[in-house]
Amino acid sequence: MLSPAVVLLFLWMIVPLGMTVYFSFLRFNLLMPGTNDFTGFENYYYFFTDPSFWPALVNTLILVFGVLAITVIGGVGLAVLLDQPMWGQGIVRILVIAPFFVMPSVSALVWKNMLMNPVNGLFAAIARGLGLRPFDFFADAPLASIIAIVAWQWLPFATLILFTAMQSLDREQMEAAEMDGAGPVWRFVHLTIPHLMRAITVVVLIQTIFLLSVFAEILVTTNGGPGTASTTLTFLVYVQSMLQFDVGLGSAGGIVAVILANIVAIFLMRMIGKNLEA
Amino acid sequence: MAREATKGRKAVLTVVAWGIGLLIFFPILWTVITSFKTEAEAIASPPAFVDFHWTLENYTTVNQRSDYLLHFWNSVVISIGSTLAGLVIAVPAAWSMAFVPGRRTKDLLMWMLSTKMLPAVGVLVPIYLLARDTGLLDSRIGLVIVLTMVNLPIIVWMLYTYFKEIPGEILEAARMDGATLSSEILYVLTPMAVPGIASTLLLNVILAWNESFWTLNLTAANAAPLTAFIASYSSPEGLFYAKLSAASTMAIAPIMILGWFSQKQLVRGLTFGAVK
Repeated sequence: MLSPAVVLLFLWMIVPLGMTVYFSFLRFNLLMPGTNDFTGFENYYYFFTDPSFWPALVNTLILVFGVLAITVIGGVGLAVLLDQPMWGQGIVRILVIAPFFVMPSVSALVWKNMLMNPVNGLFAAIARGLGLRPFDFFADAPLASIIAIVAWQWLPFATLILFTAMQSLDREQMEAAEMDGAGPVWRFVHLTIPHLMRAITVVVLIQTIFLLSVFAEILVTTNGGPGTASTTLTFLVYVQSMLQFDVGLGSAGGIVAVILANIVAIFLMRMIGKNLEA
Repeated sequence: MAREATKGRKAVLTVVAWGIGLLIFFPILWTVITSFKTEAEAIASPPAFVDFHWTLENYTTVNQRSDYLLHFWNSVVISIGSTLAGLVIAVPAAWSMAFVPGRRTKDLLMWMLSTKMLPAVGVLVPIYLLARDTGLLDSRIGLVIVLTMVNLPIIVWMLYTYFKEIPGEILEAARMDGATLSSEILYVLTPMAVPGIASTLLLNVILAWNESFWTLNLTAANAAPLTAFIASYSSPEGLFYAKLSAASTMAIAPIMILGWFSQKQLVRGLTFGAVK
């Protein structure tokens, strides 16, 4: 009964991946059919020496770390806040979680046009109202703008996971610490944070996997530009293989992306594996 | 005195939390509001929040001018189709791993999970070429197949964690009473497994509805679901905000309602049971 799932997943994984590896060693351009010579590591050489490669790698790291920093810090803050007694907590939680269900192309377009547009956007209207000059987000700070959009999409995820983890916090221990005169800051640093550490790790690892593949947000807002200012590895591979039709080069880039993702995946798998035994 | 203080504290916390909540929710709210404006009002400065002429015009124009319903239907078919296909494949697998675990069950689960860690862009070219050569490019069937495989590991994992919680003793008791394997599955296991399967279905429909890598790369006019259809609004002109908002509101409303019901399952499904 296992076998259909196992066989299908195995094929799904090994066939395309094998093809990518194979293509990455070929001179293979869809615009030049029939010249699929074996070229060894030439594609890898071209990929690493492509003037877009280093900017793309750096942009990928900035995007991932930027979004992680915002969502983890914001998520911990929101989880602690939502855990406090208040009226209408359920509704606030629904409001906070909502962005997670918005499809990436919608959130990218809404932010790009209706909020961040330097002429017709709401932010521009607010800036003009305050007597300031509207800021052209995607021309002057493309990567930061994309980070803001992606962070808005993932903050709900971090909040939801961390809020769930808060539910298992030992309330008696908290009260005991309070009775002993421990202030809120001490309790937060010495009780709340250590308790949330595991959930934070899970958030960081899972988000990293998804953030390495951020695509629609870039395609819809900046198309990787201006220049390479907002091109990530995923987007670079897309450009090379789908727009420049250089299958060999794109495949080499794809393999590089797989290797990078695997480094993260190993840590994540270890954590989940440990949990499985417990 | 102490009671007053807590009440005051609660009031302050309520105001702060609602403020932040509304701020985070604001882009969605703004989209919904704009969808009821005329195009001129949508780009008016200063912008109006409630004081404008509310109209349903955009919803009718979006439906008339584009094949909105076709793309909506594509989204429905693709998300539900891939989820059902995934369940058909995953239920037997998860069932046997949960109730008849072998020595390698754990390795198998971890391996399935590892396929999910593969970045999509690593297999973009071969999947694209395979789809093109088999005529599945820009077809709903092609996307159903791809999304089934993309989400299969999550489905297996979620079902596994739910099935694990069904006590095995009940099955033994049923067996002692002479239940055959098929009646055991039908009358004992299924009723207990239904909530878990329903949760899995819900989360997976949401994930498939919003999937935006494969849906954008493998479709054109025919099979494009809403993710790709909305992305095609990505022109720099400013005179379509109201229509964009109407299309967006219709695209996110159904899934947002489903999502609010699935908060718990979301945590469980997306952390592979690591946080419950």
